[in-house]
Amino acid sequence: MSVLKRLLSDRAASLGAAIILGLVLVAILAPWIAPYPGDVTAFHLADRLQPPSAEHIFGTDRMGSDVFSRLLFGARITISIAVIAVGVSVAIGVPIGLLAGYYGGFPGGFLMRTSDIFLAVPQIVLAIAIAQTLGPSVENVILALSLTYWPFWARLVYAETNALKKQTFVEAALALGASDLRVMVLHILPNTASAIIVRTSIGMGATILTAAALGFLGLGAPAPTPEWGRTISEAREFLPEAWWYAAAPGLAIFLVVMGFNLLGDGLRDILDPKLRKGSR
Amino acid sequence: MFVVFFISNVVPTDPARIVAGENATEAQVVALRTEMGLDQPLYVQFGRYIADLATGDLGKSLYTQRAIADDLLHRLPATLELTIAAMIISIGVGVPLGVISAVKRNSWIDQLLRILSVSGLAVASFWLAMELQMYFSTKLGWTPLNGRIGGWGPDEITGFYVIDSLLGGDWASLWDTLHHMLLPAVTLALPAAATLVRFTRAGVLEVINSNYVLYERAMGFPTSLIIWKYVLRNALISTVTQIGLIFGALFAGAVVVEAVFDWPGLGTYAVQSILQSDTKAILGFSIVVGIVFIGVNLLVDIVHTFIDPRTIQ
Amino acid sequence: MTDALLTVDGLSLGFRGEGGFAHILSDANMTMRRGEIMGLVGESGCGKSTLAGAILGVLPRTSLQVRGGTINFDGIDMLSGANTRAQESVRGRRVTFIPQDPFTSLNPVFTIGQQITELMKWKSPRRAPGGVRLPALMTPYPRARRRADRDQVMEMLNLVQLPNPERLLKKYPHEVSGGQRQRLMIAMALLPEPDLIIADEPTTALDVTIQAQILGLLRSLATDRGVAVMLTTHDLGSAYEICDRITVMYAGQDVETAPVAEFFNRPTHPYTAKLLDSLPEGGGGMTGIPGELPSFYAPPPGCRFQTRCERMTEACKQRPPSDIAGPDHVVRCFHPLHATITDALATKEASL
Repeated sequence: MSVLKRLLSDRAASLGAAIILGLVLVAILAPWIAPYPGDVTAFHLADRLQPPSAEHIFGTDRMGSDVFSRLLFGARITISIAVIAVGVSVAIGVPIGLLAGYYGGFPGGFLMRTSDIFLAVPQIVLAIAIAQTLGPSVENVILALSLTYWPFWARLVYAETNALKKQTFVEAALALGASDLRVMVLHILPNTASAIIVRTSIGMGATILTAAALGFLGLGAPAPTPEWGRTISEAREFLPEAWWYAAAPGLAIFLVVMGFNLLGDGLRDILDPKLRKGSR
Repeated sequence: MFVVFFISNVVPTDPARIVAGENATEAQVVALRTEMGLDQPLYVQFGRYIADLATGDLGKSLYTQRAIADDLLHRLPATLELTIAAMIISIGVGVPLGVISAVKRNSWIDQLLRILSVSGLAVASFWLAMELQMYFSTKLGWTPLNGRIGGWGPDEITGFYVIDSLLGGDWASLWDTLHHMLLPAVTLALPAAATLVRFTRAGVLEVINSNYVLYERAMGFPTSLIIWKYVLRNALISTVTQIGLIFGALFAGAVVVEAVFDWPGLGTYAVQSILQSDTKAILGFSIVVGIVFIGVNLLVDIVHTFIDPRTIQ
Repeated sequence: MTDALLTVDGLSLGFRGEGGFAHILSDANMTMRRGEIMGLVGESGCGKSTLAGAILGVLPRTSLQVRGGTINFDGIDMLSGANTRAQESVRGRRVTFIPQDPFTSLNPVFTIGQQITELMKWKSPRRAPGGVRLPALMTPYPRARRRADRDQVMEMLNLVQLPNPERLLKKYPHEVSGGQRQRLMIAMALLPEPDLIIADEPTTALDVTIQAQILGLLRSLATDRGVAVMLTTHDLGSAYEICDRITVMYAGQDVETAPVAEFFNRPTHPYTAKLLDSLPEGGGGMTGIPGELPSFYAPPPGCRFQTRCERMTEACKQRPPSDIAGPDHVVRCFHPLHATITDALATKEASL
């Protein structure tokens, strides 16, 4: 409760939270608030590349579809990619980090070396390589991002678990006869939660940027999906005349990533006092 | 990379069919498959690939029909040159701004820099690249639209055009190279500069309250000397570690930025390979990037011991 | 006093923090004379280090608030924010500093030689004042002066009994022991040939075995050169060993000042007496006085010691004026333990 209160007292973090909340609402309500919900697939070639007007506040695209409406539906794709990919990364990374950190030894070392291999290649390159092999689709983008990003959580939880397992409260729980599983899930995991939450918020921003880059490179969902990265790459050949076409999704990406970054910074200041000192 | 190798073989796409083209007969596809070694069991394929890898052979590009290793090596200098230029810009801008931000903490300039650095990290680089290109090249005509150089370029010695034109005394090429490099390098540098502002700020703030800075102030050393020599040197120790990560990020980010500016480096090669489903080329690309990445991190460790005498022992 | 080198007069300052305004110094007074060694004594938290910091201009500027008073060094205002250039040229040159913790007070990433060279470049006694002011990073270090400075450095390192100075200069601070570092800090404080050295608990961080050596060294070198030393300490034993005069502080106020013999023979302020009583046999640290320091945020008006003083009366709600208890012996108390001039005058008046 006090975390929420402190979060709201931080202007930047609450702005971030508001942006994300807005995005989620827009994504859910897209079919109802979009002025032309049919325009995701429908096209009106007579109206193509119209500048912003009262009817089309962000103009129209190469097919004559309403850019704003497609943008709202694009939010759904962005949100689902980010949430599922980060969710899967957490689901893979956290247990691996927990097991490796708790048991250590050869299996722990093996798991961590594996994650090192993943970290040796820059994320976008790995994601490109995986997405390319899998073929262009939203599901494959999600899979590629999950496979790319899980080591971050594994590393984080590994480090925390390693430190926590030597703490007195863990030894006490073991002495009282608690099983390893019980200690890991009930005693260690809750203590790593704040680090995981902070990392997740910042990770969402990075994931959205990478997903958009994949879309831009043609590795994301196929046309006519209104994915933001893909829209930007479609808009490219119509620059600089149809400036609104690329500007709208670009600004949308900027806003969302900014939201997650601001929230992540705020959460880190509140939840991780070790890191607080430097930020003042 | 091993991961990618396996995934590429689990997925039900047939490279042989893609290479042969849509109109190929079944017999042609089978023949091609044998030629490419695709009829062998998976572990044999993998073993061969690793064996080739050990000798520096990354296989043949499906389309250019040239050795992938040669293609990549030929393009590496272009990417490195762009990355290094972006690195110089981001350090030159990010570190001083970070120091100013820390020294004038909580002032309007600090607030402004914080907003700018958060924004710099949130921009999609390919989008920024497009917008800058549209404005400065297409509309204003101040910078070339794309590519690395207008004419033939300087006589090739190292493959780095800046160095080559300096060595050859080819000033026109030098100017043209720098002119071409400006926009892509700036685009690439922005998120890195934003990260450096944040890290330098935090580093300086940590040092500025230390006892040795208090001593230097008490002994009446000029304030600018304390900040730009004594504080900065200490603050940079943590920043240098960060610079290694940033170089990796820049190198990777170059993939997308190169694609927008048609910069003839590894990035455009990777994107072309993507469009042509050339898995081996992509794989080779990942390996080369991974090697550069590891090399840079090694270099950072060395520099770190060099600037922090406490780690030598 | 006419031969005053440094005068702190009625200094009141504190810091804004989360708990409100912390009153650290309230009407603090102190005088340093040329060539004397003066001990500024008090428990931790009495404001002695803050007073030293105020003279040196190193208090955190963002939260500092000065509510009144002056600091005057030989006619130069050392407190005003409008006088920074003159202050910068005094600090490190005419007033130098020996820090509390020699372990963290040298810059870890530069060699000792580099740091001494930098000091001499800016603060050498041979450096002519004035001249063209270039940006600090571009200011040259003339070769002739550099050579003379180096000779002086070598001589000084020998004087502070640092063995093998040539090799020492090439080392980094972490490669040198604490005692050697503090000798180095003493050398660096003496090199600019200052009028005053401010030594802030210079031996607290060191082993007990070398504390006496370091203090003895400081005393002999300072006396030889006629340099005044302001020594803040909570250790009455070391103050007794090396000081000419002692000023006692309590909770941000000065309470008593006297020459060292007078101070130990006739402590006149109730706090001073308690302080001396609390000394364990054979010197050393303090064991404590019943009661607690008053809160910084809401200190009592008048004499701060009233909350722990048996002699406290209604009068103590006012800050007692300076009273003379003996030759060069000033006390600020309405109920001193020994007769003062005020008492003498009162008896005289009564007898008339």
